Amino acid sequence: MSILIFAETADGQLKKPAFEAATYACDLAQKSGEAVHAVAIGPAEASTLEKLGQYGVSTVHHVHDEAMNAFANAAYAAAVTAVAESIDARVVVLPQTYNGRAIAPRIAVKLDAALFSGVISLVDPANGFDATRSAYSGKGIEEIKTQCDKLVITVKANGYRVEAQPTEVTVAAFAFQPEASDLNAIARELIKASEGISLTEAEIVVSAGRGMKGPENWGMIEELAGLLGAATACSKPTADMGWRPHHEHVGQTGIQIAPNLYIAIGISGAIQHLAGVSSSKNIVVINKDPEAPFFKVADYGIVGDLFEVVPRLIEAIKAARAAA
Amino acid sequence: MLKILVCISHVPDTTTKIKFEADGSALDRTGVTFVINPYCEYGLSRAIGLREEGKQVSITALCVGGPEVEPTLRKALAIGADDAVRIDAPANDSAFVARQIAAYAKGKEFDLIFTGKESIDFNGSIVPGMVAELMDFAFISFATHMEMKGDNSATFHREIDGGMEVLDATFPVVVSCQKGISEWRIPNMRGIMAARKKPLAKVSPAEVREYVDPVKLTYPPARGNTQYFEPEDAQGLVGTLIDKGLI
Repeated sequence: MSILIFAETADGQLKKPAFEAATYACDLAQKSGEAVHAVAIGPAEASTLEKLGQYGVSTVHHVHDEAMNAFANAAYAAAVTAVAESIDARVVVLPQTYNGRAIAPRIAVKLDAALFSGVISLVDPANGFDATRSAYSGKGIEEIKTQCDKLVITVKANGYRVEAQPTEVTVAAFAFQPEASDLNAIARELIKASEGISLTEAEIVVSAGRGMKGPENWGMIEELAGLLGAATACSKPTADMGWRPHHEHVGQTGIQIAPNLYIAIGISGAIQHLAGVSSSKNIVVINKDPEAPFFKVADYGIVGDLFEVVPRLIEAIKAARAAA
Repeated sequence: MLKILVCISHVPDTTTKIKFEADGSALDRTGVTFVINPYCEYGLSRAIGLREEGKQVSITALCVGGPEVEPTLRKALAIGADDAVRIDAPANDSAFVARQIAAYAKGKEFDLIFTGKESIDFNGSIVPGMVAELMDFAFISFATHMEMKGDNSATFHREIDGGMEVLDATFPVVVSCQKGISEWRIPNMRGIMAARKKPLAKVSPAEVREYVDPVKLTYPPARGNTQYFEPEDAQGLVGTLIDKGLI
């Protein structure tokens, strides 16, 4: 028996969610005494995959078939399942990225396993499996359990810590040949959103809304984000009005995020917006309206004109950096 | 003729202030308005768009649930679905729902199955991928764009971390929809009138087991206790954020 993680790569590199999944699996393994394996698919150097050993993975199974260099939903799910079966995995842990979420349901069906998605607690394997997950777009938490003997989990992005727990690691090629029918829908082109930081993975997100009065005023938001190494986001109305691109829209019907720090500028905090950001660990709200609902969930607040407050914030950060 | 199935989830309106029963067993439905899950509605809308593009299509809207979901299915009919199916079983478990949908769809030769990328109540994003696997269909997840390519395939865009993927797929395909693939539609009076006469069939559920048991619903830890800074005191805020290791 063992635990398998899907170590997602992009451009041959491991991403943060892979290390979150590894840490999660490692914590679970300490309860159950199982070994943690990983499966990586697509081009990647062995020296890159060995980094998983820093996070407690003892064996990395590397599937490298030319036909699967780009993401292919059915073939990737089949490959992860093949590895899971070869090591008799009891639990398969995937990061809750777009691709992780896309293949987890297929894997669960193939393994006849239960699927827990968006898990925010460590699974308790004492009697079946118990866990808690985020529900109602962050407005609720759901406790769930299963009596299935196999489990597939997706771990909410930025929902689990990353912690080094070094162990000896082996990287081995895993022979896998995809079925032609599993290669029907395969990515033929990638369009990068921007050179910016991925919203779902960002530690800090600077977000702005209608209080900005117009798209021409976003320069200071980008400057603030740049200073903090943050991703930029926006509210639904500003995306709908075309002030900002849709891929920046966070909220119930946009992207749901859980950064360590969320800075909301000129956003009133409608319930649909809060649904997408309320899992953020720390929230700063800047709004001229003291009654803005966002203040009710804020850890830090400034009631004031954002056109005065944001430039002051930028200056204060620059001054603090210069003094440090 | 393209045979299209649109899976509809029946969910609380996005403006709902979510409250649970005191014992955490379920959502407190008092005063809650239920709607078509907004992501499912993108799928419905895209299906209707195909008809407007001149394709021969038949659009069936399906929902797994009790009689209370019928108004939601009527709304789908008013927006433009041709017929509706209610699978008469409570939708408590995504794996159960996916198996009900697959059991219904098997043998009916659907070319396209549209779903939302997730439901806004349980946010599982489980049903579409499971339906694809159970039906042995291709799966386009998080689709933001779909354009027909001939009669039996389409080009899709799907959202990925940090960008967009472009891919082609030959039908049959399950497509989980999100913003971008279409615009929501408001049913007009003619649609609402016509919906009353369109068929809405009740189908008995297939014998399948549940995989996951819901135990309890609770609230996230309360927030608030906001620490305020004067608008002139940006320095104070920045200092605090630095002290806390946040920036």
